Amino acid sequence: MGPAGRGSVGRIVVVGASLAGLRAAEALRDEGFTGDLTLIGDEPHEPYDRPPLSKAVLSGWLTTDHTVLPRVRNIDARWLLGSAATGLDVPGRQVALADGRRVDFDRLLIATGTHARPWPERAGGGLHGVHVLRSRDDADRLRAALLSGPRRVLVIGGGFTGGEVASACRDLGLNVTVTQRSGAPLASALGGVIGRVAADLHRDAGVDLRLNTTVHALEGDPAGRLRRARLSDGTVLPAEVAVVATGAVANTEWLADSILAADHRGVRCDGACRALAADGTVVEDVFAAGDVARWPHPLFPGHPLRLDHWDNAVAQARTAAHNMTHDPLDHRIHQPLPAFWSNQFGVNLKSVGLPTIADQVVVTQGSFDQHRFVAAYGQRGRLVGAVAVDSPRVLNGYAALIEARAPFPPVLNAPDGPAQLDPVDAEFPHRASPEHSVTRDSSPHIPATAGPVLTAHQ
Amino acid sequence: MIRQSPPETLRLVVDLNRCQSYGQCVYAAPTVFRFHGEESLEYDYAPDASTRHEVERAAAACPVQAITLSGATEASPLSSRQDQ
Repeated sequence: MGPAGRGSVGRIVVVGASLAGLRAAEALRDEGFTGDLTLIGDEPHEPYDRPPLSKAVLSGWLTTDHTVLPRVRNIDARWLLGSAATGLDVPGRQVALADGRRVDFDRLLIATGTHARPWPERAGGGLHGVHVLRSRDDADRLRAALLSGPRRVLVIGGGFTGGEVASACRDLGLNVTVTQRSGAPLASALGGVIGRVAADLHRDAGVDLRLNTTVHALEGDPAGRLRRARLSDGTVLPAEVAVVATGAVANTEWLADSILAADHRGVRCDGACRALAADGTVVEDVFAAGDVARWPHPLFPGHPLRLDHWDNAVAQARTAAHNMTHDPLDHRIHQPLPAFWSNQFGVNLKSVGLPTIADQVVVTQGSFDQHRFVAAYGQRGRLVGAVAVDSPRVLNGYAALIEARAPFPPVLNAPDGPAQLDPVDAEFPHRASPEHSVTRDSSPHIPATAGPVLTAHQ
Repeated sequence: MIRQSPPETLRLVVDLNRCQSYGQCVYAAPTVFRFHGEESLEYDYAPDASTRHEVERAAAACPVQAITLSGATEASPLSSRQDQ
């Protein structure tokens, strides 16, 4: 069914020109939208893909100009790149840009993504040599710093990005220390049991892994160059490059004075990608998709979900584009099974479902010893997630079971499974409250005032 | 639908959730795709146009159809920037 009436005409503005924004623009044309289409992006680059930045780019196999995303179809759009959106006037149907321009819209898609949580200025965040890794420019700066021959690189945060950066540093032969707030890398995403396997991967690769350790301060020389880090265990670690990999913050500052329910956790929306106001009502003609959107997932009720996932950006962009061009009766509900992957220390890791909400984990195929296995995650007797390490061909079956709300431990009869399934506590840190953050990166920095937060990686 | 001429530039992306590391692309276009470790695929999003034939063969050979090539014939978004 094609777009109904006004759905195909008018002015649509997409704020955010990365994966979600680009795919949404393409999907809008696929859906039959023939009106004026504008994409606004804060970076002065055409859309590029972020996953290789922490891997092939840092290791030197790809330069950042080789991470440009393909445009799958013509979209006949106006591109406003290199100027961030700074304000949204919902009643006036207008977006304000940093360069003073104002852009009128009839319908708006918010796809502004996230930024890396910066290191505090008062703790040395302004020193030369302190990096984050989110954008293409970040990656170019960090790559140059790694090539300058630092005697040691400090990676703050043992999440996925932290592990990928540490892995690339080891590939380059650099000394690396990783500090991790909890008892294992990836613990907040995958729990302490699988985290211990990740710890082995770090150490086997020669990473100096400091668990249950945080960085109190980064300190520099008189010229403002990073020289050392003061750790929570009292040690002073010499380092000339630090990479802050402590998670992502939603890019919603520009929405602060709008009527939208938006904060550092994301833009609240309903299952149809429609943005919500602070009072919980739908804001007409305003939609959100990708890393910035936070919505109730029917499969995982109880907490709004924000997914930092590549495939979610693509799928939510399509759903939003469909709904932006159709009457509410024809709207689709966005309910993809979460999925992400990571490559580090020569190992491929894939995840489906939401391991982070699990209370138990069990190895269902392979074994830890060989670093080739599948682990299933259960919450109160229901299968909610699965992680495959160097086993990239097995997850489809688990995905189907998770979507079917199958019991945990799952009945698989896999030929490479153990004789008996023996679930154990998944050992997730910070399990005091039902509110957790499931970003790809490191420990969940849960603000004391936070409402329910659930976000997940990449 | 009007059939468009192929785009000038060669661009590709691989859905690495879908990818199951069969490696057919590495055989078809070894300068564009590679394994880092046994199962970790890496690839060049913007390879030299001279590899187009190899890349198209790689996309066709992928058992899970995880490779998407650019289909747009429009100029790069940067060329339409109105300022800076």
